[in-house]
Amino acid sequence: MNRRTSCLVAIGFMLFCSRTWAELVVEITKGQADAIPIAIVPFSSPEAAAASFDVAKLVSDDLARSGRFRATDRKDMIEQPHTGAAVSFDDWRRLNNDYIVVGQVQPLGQDRYNITFELYNVLNRQRLLGYQISANKPGLRLASHQVADMVFEKILGIRGAFATRIAYISVLGSLPHKDYRLIVADADGENPHVVMQSNEPLMSPAWSPDGQNLAYVSFENRLPSVYVQFLKTGERRRVSAQAGVNQAPAWSPDGKKLALTLSTRDGNLDIYVLDLAAQALTRITDDPGIDTEPQWSKDGQSLYFTSDRAGGPQIYRVGTQSGDKPRRLTFQGSYNARPRLSPDESQLAFVTQEDGGYRIATMDLRGRGDVQVLTKGPFDVSPSYAPNGAEIIYASRDRGRGVLALVSADGRVQERLVSSEGELQEPAWAPF
Amino acid sequence: MKRIVSVALLIAGAALLAGCPKKHNVIDQPNAGSQVSGSNQGEGASTSSSALNGDASQGGSGMGADAPFARKVIYFDFDKSEIKPEFAAVVAAHARNLSSHPNMHMKLEGNTDERGTREYNIGLGERRAQAVRRALMLQGVAESQLTTVSFGAERPAADGDNEAAWAQNRRVELVYGP
Repeated sequence: MNRRTSCLVAIGFMLFCSRTWAELVVEITKGQADAIPIAIVPFSSPEAAAASFDVAKLVSDDLARSGRFRATDRKDMIEQPHTGAAVSFDDWRRLNNDYIVVGQVQPLGQDRYNITFELYNVLNRQRLLGYQISANKPGLRLASHQVADMVFEKILGIRGAFATRIAYISVLGSLPHKDYRLIVADADGENPHVVMQSNEPLMSPAWSPDGQNLAYVSFENRLPSVYVQFLKTGERRRVSAQAGVNQAPAWSPDGKKLALTLSTRDGNLDIYVLDLAAQALTRITDDPGIDTEPQWSKDGQSLYFTSDRAGGPQIYRVGTQSGDKPRRLTFQGSYNARPRLSPDESQLAFVTQEDGGYRIATMDLRGRGDVQVLTKGPFDVSPSYAPNGAEIIYASRDRGRGVLALVSADGRVQERLVSSEGELQEPAWAPF
Repeated sequence: MKRIVSVALLIAGAALLAGCPKKHNVIDQPNAGSQVSGSNQGEGASTSSSALNGDASQGGSGMGADAPFARKVIYFDFDKSEIKPEFAAVVAAHARNLSSHPNMHMKLEGNTDERGTREYNIGLGERRAQAVRRALMLQGVAESQLTTVSFGAERPAADGDNEAAWAQNRRVELVYGP
């Protein structure tokens, strides 16, 4: 069996698995005033029924969801060309479109399709992109996200993150019988799969740098343990089950170690590094306060973390070489916790308390440490950067329900991912 | 500059990563306890807090009908881990019981309300459980009789984004067990 065949067989297997989770709906709650107008013309499909998949709609939804684009409504399209040669540029310009995407989906037989698309600048008629992507039917969704990624990057110069995934925890049921699920879905909330399910809490999903494993905390047997689960097979192993607390796993950039929070017998939480292969622990912090929520710097040489050693929780940074003294980074306000580094390490996102509410804030790490509060609370926690750094996904509450929400890293665009059921919490955006 | 990119394999590979776990059939069964095998421990997670003497009362403060020994939940103020005077009798009653039965064990389950970050709340819940542990040990309970666990905000006793629910969630549950 050659490689391609084995992949197709595997996809067939995947499809066989039922979709067990209600999908998420995106609501843009705060758009960008200067969003770029773009028209994504419906892609022709000679055998439309065969594909029965609307590539252009998905591309259009992705771009609109970023808040940086305003996608032209289909009913406002005067024509529906499928190639650049057929575009009447003057007409599209009169309708205030800066860019236009045209394309086609062609069935190749044997459940395979070719997506061909072109991106044009309407004002100067220049062709900016011309690509062909081939996919089988279940791959059409991912291929469409890749089209959106290419358009996004060509126009904005920022790598698109539409073809990525998120993990999150959903809690169903009512007291005292709750059902906790760890879910992996596409970045737009579609295509959700249950990765782990328990009737005791699941917490703190963390992606390995290669995107193939999730570390998380599970309270099965009513005690916390840290597990690492290989997503391709569902196999998992328990990597930390010390007496007391086993929490807050964070992968080192090389994927070989986990930073963890463990406790002594008298309940003092400190940060440790676990070498996964050697199962060897190194203690990083040693303070009577609560030290937790570690996050690695890209070079693996330091950890950002939360500590209440000075009273309330604040964010600190410490070298991973033993004996380094932690340095405090946040001074504004009485509650700053759960740091997450932006992919380029220019910003730190964290939870801050302001006017009694918990909100997502960022701190500039390159300049003077300016803090910008991005959300309005009152219960915004668990920020996680998109791998391109453009957006932050976080957990919020809306009318008494746990929801996931997104804010652009500059705070200009906000949206909510609404699920039809359950409490959603602790989103973690996967790497590219 | 027409570039042709074939990313079929990429798509297949990425789709695989999101593929269903091996034990998917198990995962669709509700009430089957914790799933996905792989740990050395038995799988079914227990959700019962067994109380001695058949008394499962978890009455809140000021419930006059409850004798101190019958009460197995200690409530805390916001962001505090000090045991309030009104719970001194509860702690004392369980301390007497445990110290006169040295082979009895108790698990102290610390909890917080939903506000704040989840992992930091684990720390606060642990701090509360430790406060009760220290109080019991000061009254003669052996260290070996006590274990602590913190659920942070993950196992609320009451749902709701309001002070009434939060007050019920800031607690340590005293769980007799093996």
